[in-house]
Amino acid sequence: MSETNKNIMTYYEVDVSQFSETAKLMKKMSASLTAQWAVEGKQFFEVYACYRTEEDFLIVKSLLPKDKPEFPSVSKIFLAASRFERQIYSFMGIKALGNSDLRPWIKFADWPADAWPLRKDFNSAQCLKRVKGEYAWIQAEGEGVNEIPVGPVHAGIIEPGHFRFQAVGETIINLEERLGYTHKGIEKRFESLGWLEGYKLAGRVSGDSTVAHSLTYCRALESMTDFTLPPRAAWLRAIFLERERIANHLGDIGAICSDAAFSIMLYQFMRLKEHFLRTNQTLFAHRFMMDCVVPGGVSVNISAEGAAQMTQELAALETEFERLVKIYDGNPSLEERVRDTGILSTKKALEIGVVGVVARASGLNLDSRSLYPFAPYDKLQVKVPLYTAGDVNSRVWVRIEEVRESMRLLRELLADLPDTTIKVPCPLPERNSTGFAVVEGWRGEVMYWLQATSAGTINRCMVRDPSAVNWLGLESAVIDNIVPDFPLCNKSFNASYAGHDL
Amino acid sequence: MKILPYILELVQVLILLVGAPLFVGWIRRIKCWLQGRKSPSLFQPYFELLKLFSKDVYLAENASWIFRFTPYLVFGITLLIGAIVPILIIDLPFSTTADVIAIVGLFAIARFFTALAGMDVGTAFGGMGSSRTMMIASLAEPAMLITVFTVSLTSHSTSLSQIVQTLTNNGILATLRPSFVFSLWAFLMIAVAETGRVPVDNPDTHLELTMIHETMLLEYSGRHLALMEWASMMKLFLFISIGKAVFMPWGIAQSGQLLAIPLALFFLIIKFMVIGVILVGFETSLAKMRLFRTTEFLGAALLIATLGMLSYFILE
Repeated sequence: MSETNKNIMTYYEVDVSQFSETAKLMKKMSASLTAQWAVEGKQFFEVYACYRTEEDFLIVKSLLPKDKPEFPSVSKIFLAASRFERQIYSFMGIKALGNSDLRPWIKFADWPADAWPLRKDFNSAQCLKRVKGEYAWIQAEGEGVNEIPVGPVHAGIIEPGHFRFQAVGETIINLEERLGYTHKGIEKRFESLGWLEGYKLAGRVSGDSTVAHSLTYCRALESMTDFTLPPRAAWLRAIFLERERIANHLGDIGAICSDAAFSIMLYQFMRLKEHFLRTNQTLFAHRFMMDCVVPGGVSVNISAEGAAQMTQELAALETEFERLVKIYDGNPSLEERVRDTGILSTKKALEIGVVGVVARASGLNLDSRSLYPFAPYDKLQVKVPLYTAGDVNSRVWVRIEEVRESMRLLRELLADLPDTTIKVPCPLPERNSTGFAVVEGWRGEVMYWLQATSAGTINRCMVRDPSAVNWLGLESAVIDNIVPDFPLCNKSFNASYAGHDL
Repeated sequence: MKILPYILELVQVLILLVGAPLFVGWIRRIKCWLQGRKSPSLFQPYFELLKLFSKDVYLAENASWIFRFTPYLVFGITLLIGAIVPILIIDLPFSTTADVIAIVGLFAIARFFTALAGMDVGTAFGGMGSSRTMMIASLAEPAMLITVFTVSLTSHSTSLSQIVQTLTNNGILATLRPSFVFSLWAFLMIAVAETGRVPVDNPDTHLELTMIHETMLLEYSGRHLALMEWASMMKLFLFISIGKAVFMPWGIAQSGQLLAIPLALFFLIIKFMVIGVILVGFETSLAKMRLFRTTEFLGAALLIATLGMLSYFILE
């Protein structure tokens, strides 16, 4: 079981001068960049770039001398790199040479420019002197261009984030996002935690994907040692993950319809979601199943009655869900709004490297449950829905199909639940070891990379929420749409602010 | 000078003031039921107005007199229209002061000042809302005028009271004629656009970027907001009253018939309840249309109104 995990990634160490050459090579091999991060080691800074190839993940590592923290930028080769490199510069002070846009990203605007919070000598307990920050927004000029700033505080009950539109009349010609308002210093906080406590923090990176995040953390941790997960724990983890997917997709479909003023769907889907969450509360003592996945297994078991209750619930849910899908499918006024709105073409999606629901709606066959399956997904053969239009409608349909598929998976999982223990002690990783895991959360692939210090504690925990790349996709998808269609586009992406801002 | 007509006039304005929030409460209740939810009290809109009136006004630093003056102007104009339109009874003292064309003009003044106030503070949203409102108005007004002309062809008058008088004199089937069917159809489309209902605008949304009418009110607070909200509730009530008076005038009290008033009130309530249900039925089954679809929507309204006028000359 755990061996499948180890096979999904390979390390390559290259000289820093070859860093961007490697990226070019990867581009030729039609790999895509999934994450870039940096670590402060004892003698060197280390920069990493993680690429997804056809079969597995390739992690390219380069060492940088401490007195010359620079590496060649790959942002001209991979679009997603621009944000990763800005983030690396903001938090580590490591410059990506050739990236013309190194404005602070995520870091608070009123922090001194030379405060590098992820460096080891940065004391996270200190109170920094506030400075006046100036953010150089991208400007659009010309006759009839007007600028619409939105947020960071929005009218709805959503997270904070600033959007700046440049529009000609109602047509959006440019959207610039500015995020970081929910930055909490999570990656730094991981470094002061013990290995077996980290899952709790991971479960709080983004509350709506608590299962996906804590599961990825646990899998990354377990991949660092020779650990075998008890089968029942693996099954239960998959059950949690699929339940999380269903609950969130239900909410999303309703919310997208509501943004087109078709609110009956919102209330009906919210009702279904609420019932589902209440079952979580009864069976797992938490509506979102927070802290249910722990290193070494899971923390809650289900009884035979619990399993029966879930199966029953699925039958009831399916009937109601299909009824609502029929309404969605049969309403021309709604269809008129969602079709051809916010198109992210396959080409663009590939270029940016979006993941999850967004990628599958733009024709990219990306689902780590089927690409890099771990138990029990290796036995289940997950059917991945694929749509090519890349519009809001496709993103809704991907969600609908995924709810259907998750219901099927849940039934299969509940039908042959192995009868073993649910938790075994998780061994601690060895010194200087690293771990990596990818889990398909409901938004898309969640990625964790862990590194141990020479003393055996956590040296670095890299968190990559799917939103880190999908936010870029939104910027591109809204171009040439009209301003009042933005909420629909945004809701259909439904990227996380908290997961992105860390 | 007789005092009675003025008392009746006052009663009618009071009905407008009290009835408009109640009607909104009714619409919300039906909507909740249709969506399978519990609904708040019928009187919730009153509580909301009361809440707003008891709050302080929070003004932007650069708000000019236009911004402060607009709520009173809009509220006042709406009340004035309420005194002219035959809601309960025809031939009220004020009804001779203005005909339908003037009413369209009065609504236009209110809208003009609302749009100015939207732009006054200089936020991006306000300007956006003003531009959208004016775009819709520029399409809705011609269609509205054609509808009005078609209807007045039958009664040879543009005075609402006169139109209703003629129709009621001609009996219950007076409105069953091709030109009226077309006009009603066009009028419904225009009313939806003018009062900011789904599918043109969504009065319940919190999404600033999609709003049309609400964006212009974003900067308002306290009693100013209360007046603007109240005025837009009354506008909905008035549009329905105009439609009701012209296309289904049954039961409306004639001048001087005091005894007919309770019956007229009864009909008024029944009609509003039924119209509320129909309105909600549409709103629940339709998504809001894309902003630039409203041009086609109102273009169609203009076309239908014109067909109504043609059909008067050809068929009647």
